[in-house]
Amino acid sequence: MAALISLAFLKAKLEKRPALVSYIVAGDNNKKLTLNILKSISQYIDILEVGIAHNTAVADGVQIQNSSYRALQGGIKVKDVFEIVKQFKKIKKNKPIILMGYYNQVLQYGENYFLQKCKNSGVDGIILVDLPFPENKSFADKCKKLSITFIQLIAPTTSTIRMKQIIKNSQDMIYYISMLSTTGGKLKVSAKSILNNYLKIKKIDPKKNIVIGFGITTKTIASLKKADGLVVGSLLCKSISQSLAKKRNPLIQLNKIVRTLRNKIQ
Amino acid sequence: MLKLQKGKAIIDQHDKHYLYGGKFGGNFVPETLKKPIEDLTQLFQKLRYDKKFIKERDYYFKTYVGSPTRFIKLYNLSLHLEGAQIYAKVVSDANGGAHKIYNAVVHALICKHAGKKYIIGDTGAGYAGKMLSMAAKKFGLKCKIFMGTKDMARQKVNCDAIRKNGAEIVPVDSGSKTLVDAVSECMRYWVSNCDTTHMCVGSTVGPNIFVKICAWSTAQISRELKVQLKEEFGEIPKKLKLINCVGGGSSAIGFWNEFMDYDKKQVEFIGVEAGGPKNSKLHAAPLTYNAKLGVLHGAAQYVLQDKDGQISETSSISAGLDYPGVSPLHCFLKDTKRARYTVATDEQALEAFKLVSQLENLRPSLEPSHAFAEAIKIAPKLSNDTVIVVDSCGDALKDKKIIEKRLGKLIWQH
Ligand SMILES: Cc1ncc(COP(=O)(O)O)c(C=O)c1O
Repeated sequence: MAALISLAFLKAKLEKRPALVSYIVAGDNNKKLTLNILKSISQYIDILEVGIAHNTAVADGVQIQNSSYRALQGGIKVKDVFEIVKQFKKIKKNKPIILMGYYNQVLQYGENYFLQKCKNSGVDGIILVDLPFPENKSFADKCKKLSITFIQLIAPTTSTIRMKQIIKNSQDMIYYISMLSTTGGKLKVSAKSILNNYLKIKKIDPKKNIVIGFGITTKTIASLKKADGLVVGSLLCKSISQSLAKKRNPLIQLNKIVRTLRNKIQ
Repeated sequence: MLKLQKGKAIIDQHDKHYLYGGKFGGNFVPETLKKPIEDLTQLFQKLRYDKKFIKERDYYFKTYVGSPTRFIKLYNLSLHLEGAQIYAKVVSDANGGAHKIYNAVVHALICKHAGKKYIIGDTGAGYAGKMLSMAAKKFGLKCKIFMGTKDMARQKVNCDAIRKNGAEIVPVDSGSKTLVDAVSECMRYWVSNCDTTHMCVGSTVGPNIFVKICAWSTAQISRELKVQLKEEFGEIPKKLKLINCVGGGSSAIGFWNEFMDYDKKQVEFIGVEAGGPKNSKLHAAPLTYNAKLGVLHGAAQYVLQDKDGQISETSSISAGLDYPGVSPLHCFLKDTKRARYTVATDEQALEAFKLVSQLENLRPSLEPSHAFAEAIKIAPKLSNDTVIVVDSCGDALKDKKIIEKRLGKLIWQH
């Protein structure tokens, strides 16, 4: 059986649009809400990324930091994240889920135990922000053996030689960071130059699915719809922040946003 | 057991993944930073063997930093404790008042050589920030300093100095509002601006290249000390103990570097971490209290954390030591048993400050007061042919308010 992540890209391709990838932080601001959000937005979303909150996240901008802070205040633990995934998969077993976190969280669990928990709860892919190539080689191999997609990242600073090595060591999905920024920054480069870089990666291996993330909003998403997939994170986290501040159920606004995003790439 | 190699600088004793002992350090960074780190690694590798660059460094260390700093005997303290002979290496003589100037000057020089105009750095006690702002001013660089808001309140004297030097302070109000958050925020800024901006890490922490540059810079302290010991004793004493406080560990590694190959029975290294308030569970002493190996700020190290890998809050009266992790180099020195690590509590550091400043013409800041606390503790038990040298790596002026509050205003008048 092909991996759910690959199927999600295939399905989007048949509909002639990029796959829409969402990111929210697990436990923001409680476990139940996260599960409800995932259930609800998954009607518009092809791949769900779920963040494991970390209190010294060096690559996250203020929106995701706020979400992580709320999640940690709410007492979220890594084991709860697995539980959320498991519950979600009971209802939507074919919707792919990617966990995103920092290496220390995996290290403290123990790589093997962490992966076993991923497998048991139905996690399809893993992104570790601070475990780059080649440091991630052995962990990526372990993922592959368990049919979990380890997603490599490529940045605008990545040299061509390095890019080739990373792509060679990647599985089906690669994440291209659109610009020099933490998450949630304003898109400070043109869509054209982002797509140029994207095509450069694509040319090295056209079979790989490449998603673009960082700085994607309802305003910018249409300009990048040539990509295989587009990731929206900070916008969703910000919306949760705003709803919580107004004591409203975040689901209402979030659903509107993901519907709009989806319409813009249709 | 891990082993140190002789005849090779400790900063170079890593494997191809930049791990010391196959275990500590490395480059656990977002992909975006891989290239800037590689560029900096290559540039530094070139510069450190470039005679012209060394000359430039030595010139500024001499004329601007004020090398060598004094090496003095603390007669009254030695008499009072009736044991080992106690000396101080008065690193706080250095321009700006602490050892952080060495790293700051070297980073400013590297920044110039890299052709960058902007420099950023983190600070806890405010010294690293103050020194970087001084060096930036000296070399015509634009400078931003990241600092936790809790530290800004308790180290206002240094904040004023940073601003006076024309640098901007970026207040960091997340998490514990101390050094750990300042470093995170500084790294985030670098992720977004690494094409135009050079980053300085204020201690021997962070991705490997920052550990290297910092330890290479502070090594000046032990180069001077070695000469001064030979002048004073005709040789390196047979029983020598080098005591240093350890936050990130930059001053300790610099104080010990030139003595690495001596047998530890002859030259013992003692690192003193922040024990925090007495009767409290909080501290900032990952080595002493056997914290688990984890990844913080791009490096694997012993770090205070919970089971889930969340970094723990710390507490110390001394902002400079108030950090949950510690240099990979000190983890390596601990596991190879070349150095031993212990703690002094807030109260012990204050008592040590009191005794030293009353008996001697010296006012160590709260960080080195931790080291003095250990010296005071062990000196009476040692023979009088034992030589203790304490690195007095900071001046207490920045801590005046805290010290007056805890010990009364009169203490300051000595
Ligand atoms: C005077 C002084 N000593 C010690 C330290 C601790 O840092 P490190 O352990 O890197 O020397 C600081 C840090 O700010 C400091 O200002």
